Amino acid sequence: MSDLLNISDEHLRELEDEAIFVMREVAAQFDKKVILFSGGKDSITLTHIARKAFWPARMPFSLLHIDTGHNFGETLEFRDALAAGLGVELIVKYVQDTIDQGSVVEETGINASRNKAQSVTLLDAIEELKIDAAVGGARRDEEKARAKERFFSHRNEFGQWDPKSQRPELWNIFNGHKNFGEHFRVFPLSNWTELDIWQYIRNEKIKLPSLYYTHRRKIFRRNNVYLAWAPFMKLKHSETVFEEDVRCRTIGDITCTGITISKASTADEVIAEIAATRITERGGRYDDMRSDTSMEDRKKEGYF
Amino acid sequence: MSVRRGSKHMSLLRFMTAGSVDDGKSTLIGRLLYDSKSIFEDQMESLVESSRRLGKENLDLSLLTDGLRAEREQGITIDVAYRHFSTPSRKFIIADTPGHIQYTRNMVTGASTADLAVILIDARNGMLEQTTRHSYIAALLGIRHFVFCINKMDLVDFSEEVFNGIRNDLNLMAGKLKITNLHFIPISAKYGDNVVLPSQNMDWYKGTTFLGLIEDIEPVRDGRSAEARFPVQTVIRPYSNGWQDYRGYAGRVAGGSFHRGDDIIVLPSMMKSRIKEIYDGEKIADSALTGDSVSITLEDPIDISRGDMIVRSGMIPRSGKELSLMICWFNEKALKTGGRYIVRGHAWESAAVVKKINYRMNMHSLEKDTTVLSTKMNDISNVTIHTSRPVFYDSYAENLTTGSLIFIDEGTNETVAAGMII
Repeated sequence: MSDLLNISDEHLRELEDEAIFVMREVAAQFDKKVILFSGGKDSITLTHIARKAFWPARMPFSLLHIDTGHNFGETLEFRDALAAGLGVELIVKYVQDTIDQGSVVEETGINASRNKAQSVTLLDAIEELKIDAAVGGARRDEEKARAKERFFSHRNEFGQWDPKSQRPELWNIFNGHKNFGEHFRVFPLSNWTELDIWQYIRNEKIKLPSLYYTHRRKIFRRNNVYLAWAPFMKLKHSETVFEEDVRCRTIGDITCTGITISKASTADEVIAEIAATRITERGGRYDDMRSDTSMEDRKKEGYF
Repeated sequence: MSVRRGSKHMSLLRFMTAGSVDDGKSTLIGRLLYDSKSIFEDQMESLVESSRRLGKENLDLSLLTDGLRAEREQGITIDVAYRHFSTPSRKFIIADTPGHIQYTRNMVTGASTADLAVILIDARNGMLEQTTRHSYIAALLGIRHFVFCINKMDLVDFSEEVFNGIRNDLNLMAGKLKITNLHFIPISAKYGDNVVLPSQNMDWYKGTTFLGLIEDIEPVRDGRSAEARFPVQTVIRPYSNGWQDYRGYAGRVAGGSFHRGDDIIVLPSMMKSRIKEIYDGEKIADSALTGDSVSITLEDPIDISRGDMIVRSGMIPRSGKELSLMICWFNEKALKTGGRYIVRGHAWESAAVVKKINYRMNMHSLEKDTTVLSTKMNDISNVTIHTSRPVFYDSYAENLTTGSLIFIDEGTNETVAAGMII
């Protein structure tokens, strides 16, 4: 794998051209458009490309963050500063509100996560704000159900995805026709891999939350995955908290974000690490490990 | 479209795979990922676990690509799956398309963005009717380079005679379809012979491995004519301080190139102007090549909106309201003469009526059938349509962006057909 370090990045230009094309189609075909902003590197990259696509005008998207309440503090500061810098509207919806209203019952127990509850909050926000296009940073290489995903992915009036009757997508012609109450999820980064994203972050000098680079953190190990420790977490008897030099490969809800032992402090070092790594990005995502088709199941319910 | 900035080497190769149900497409892709070390530990663990649960004796590499629940249960590929992997010299995007005849539409979808077709053949069965059908569809979508993988060589004792026999049949078939760039590789996807590593069992084969071939090949497909085309996607008007008068036309170059100072014509108004600036993000560029997403400003304030097209003067495309197309029908509801649809090209839409179904391809004999005047799901037909407004277009053979369109059902909003302008 070491020769992957010398991998060419000429193809990034074409991936960027494609992503910009898709963003401009979203701008032209829909009324109320948001970027699903998690504070993670994919949504930051997406936002960076959106800025380029409409420059010198302001991008015609708001940023929508579904806040589980279980965040890394730094990502919220980063999010607020980014939105302010771009001059775009930031909309935050809280999973806690959804739980308080009784729309969803909070998971309890040792593996409790608000990851699944996010879908309900997201669908409520889409309905309330009359959003007809939600642009996300999901990539086809992340997970096998996502490998089947379209650029323009139709959602019915219940926000559900029907993988078996997806609209065929030919050339670069995107069909955004829909009925009232339906919406689209759009994935401009469909053809990017984790390595592509990091090469692009390096080339474009995109700023990321420092969590993506090495830092000292309290962690614990569960089912061969390292998890960040936070005071509200329940530990099993056999589990102990210890400190280590780590970085996050994905940043989501703190309860299910995978942590990698790492000393990589720059984008170049991260690229070298990814090129040599043997664990896929979502391999550290605890929420995907519940069953073999858990992503497909969650996506059908309206997940990101 | 992936050849960038004067470089001859494609840094991104998109290819499609086709073959019948049990020819081993998914296994080939799984093998490619496995032997090129693109499968990671956790995917491996889940693969071992899934193989064991489904009662497989050996590791089933096809489970890597067949991601949907129904596909894993039935052991078939239903939908197009896109896979990504890289070697130091190139990034690959694979469109893995289903083999069943009832999924012809998915094959058309996969072929629409591919530069190269990889077609699998079971060495025990040789060339089948569907091999011809798959080759025909790929050629219809403009693909000019074909790699035929004769798979399961392990089940025919790695016989050179068997391989040569199939190659002769394929050559004859390709000649009829006027396909000239052909490659033949004897492989065993299950055991890895000639996929990434050279086979130890077929020393009579002197050619390269499958991976070696797709790393080096520079396929050129139809629809890449040099006539300069710039379909306008959206107009950028910042109205902010310092940019009061900025009016940028945003789009992706769909053919040829544009340079600062070029004389251009705007369609459909036929207004003339000259390119003032080309913006690549916030940087000013001297030129924009096919595939580049840029914004263009003009010397003169002309009224331009989405769906219009900027072309270089002297390179006017065809125009009109009557179009002849080859279409592939995707929907359970059949196409009928007189049917009304929305047709959508690069950035334009129009209502359209199907005037005439001229013929339907008999997908078994690949001959024109003028006796059947309806077009059902998975059929490929030649039709004439009438649009409600004039459209500007090229033939698909010249330009795959300005020569292609889709049909949308007005009632259900579904994409019901793909059309290639003749």
